[in-house]
Amino acid sequence: MDDLYREVIIEHYKNPSHRGKLDPHDISFADNNPLCGDHIQIDLRVGADGIVTDARFDGHGCAISQASADLLIESIIGKPLEEVKQLNKDSVLELLGIELGPVRLKCALLSLKVLKAGVYGLRESSDELVE
Amino acid sequence: MKLDVTKIRKDFPILERELRPGVRLTYLDSTATSQKPLAVIQAMDDFYRMSNANIHRGVHTLAEEATALYEGARERIAKFINAESARQVIYTRNTTESINLVAYSWARANLKQGDLVILTEMEHHSNLVPWHMLQAERGIELDFIPVTEDGLLDLETYKTLLDRRPKLVSFTHMSNVLGTINPAAEIIRLAHEAGAIALVDGAQSVPHFQVNMQALDADFYAFSAHKMCGPTGIGALYGKIALLESMPPFLGGGDMIKEVKLRSFRANSLPHKFEAGTPAIAEAIGFGVAVDYLSVIGMDKIAAHEQEITEYALERLEEIPGVKLFGPSADKKGGVASFTLEGVHPHDVAQILDRDGIAVRAGHHCAQPLHEKFGIPATSRASFYLYNTKEEVDLLVNGIYKVKEMFS
Repeated sequence: MDDLYREVIIEHYKNPSHRGKLDPHDISFADNNPLCGDHIQIDLRVGADGIVTDARFDGHGCAISQASADLLIESIIGKPLEEVKQLNKDSVLELLGIELGPVRLKCALLSLKVLKAGVYGLRESSDELVE
Repeated sequence: MKLDVTKIRKDFPILERELRPGVRLTYLDSTATSQKPLAVIQAMDDFYRMSNANIHRGVHTLAEEATALYEGARERIAKFINAESARQVIYTRNTTESINLVAYSWARANLKQGDLVILTEMEHHSNLVPWHMLQAERGIELDFIPVTEDGLLDLETYKTLLDRRPKLVSFTHMSNVLGTINPAAEIIRLAHEAGAIALVDGAQSVPHFQVNMQALDADFYAFSAHKMCGPTGIGALYGKIALLESMPPFLGGGDMIKEVKLRSFRANSLPHKFEAGTPAIAEAIGFGVAVDYLSVIGMDKIAAHEQEITEYALERLEEIPGVKLFGPSADKKGGVASFTLEGVHPHDVAQILDRDGIAVRAGHHCAQPLHEKFGIPATSRASFYLYNTKEEVDLLVNGIYKVKEMFS
């Protein structure tokens, strides 16, 4: 249980390194977790070669949702979009370094859902994106 | 005479539970669902062991027993809310289904485009969405009694809304987030004076204090068993006889008919007209036993106990730096304490409290518009019932200090 609030998670929650918005941006997407009202927006800049050159997230929510967003954004800068499309649930859990029950998993995966919906250019995000 | 909480706690087997070695359950989430006394659990178990059969029409011994138990429970529920007749108590799945029954049956027969329905800003989604759906289908209009900063309904604005001659006023007797106990009798009286009928969401009121249908003069009143020591899957809709008689049936099928021809049917009389298909029989029996359980203890004593715990909880929570409480003062509310803790999301508060076995709820509690009104995405909510103690409030307060430490 203490694992759930590992120092790294509290640290990324309190002092996120990639919080904010990008203007201009190439991709922007936002969504909520309807269960708890957590909100995440993600903005990306993408180079001509399809590499993510910069990324930010904004929003509000619990430590798990905000820390996982910060860790996720940190991890995709410099990566090709094709690689971002391959990210899944396990990639996020690996970043967080914890195991989560079904309810908190939704908090942790909100940022990935938003990111992938944006990268795929979807109008609505879906849980299938993070399976 | 005060409530003997030590004795009451012994009636609830789950309260003995150790969640993890050395971590006992502190259940502060009765607003979501209450725990169940052994009497209810045993009555349902006995039914399946001894009397299980389908109700009505059967002539064998078990069918007669099951019918008597099912209808006997209805009698006692009617008495519990001081309805004139058991025919006015329709079994549903829960409060939500009760409200939907009114929205589908009464409202679709009586409301047309442009008709006004008044709701309030503190409604649970169950008293918002059925009306949103009707708005989309019929073009009815919705307006809302505002909630003041103190978490009370703004009755002056309500009076001006009534000038627009609404057809229906539908509101919660007690807010599941703020705990506010609304002046239901007055709201209903004003609605009637304006020519509207009144529907009351009683999900939080019936479990916690005496409600009296004849004194309130409500046209419809909806509540659930599971929040009042009964099982899930059963609730009730109370309605005035004339209204219920005039309404078309809700769901069609067995039991709700007097006669069926190949191309037509005649609806059954009340209350069966609204109860299609095999109902939740064991659950209805459990509901009746829950009502007996609460009646024997006494609703006045339960309300007084909750008042005392709530006063104490608000006082203790207020002392914690960074805690912000929502809703009115203890004398105007039921056993609910919704709060935020500065710098910590309610989910994290709930998760860390859970480590000490303390069960509170975090989120928008199915009242998203109300949270938007207060400019917050979510709250943590501790709620109290007849089995809760001041010691449990102390455990909660200590737990919140631990959360603060973790996030400091």
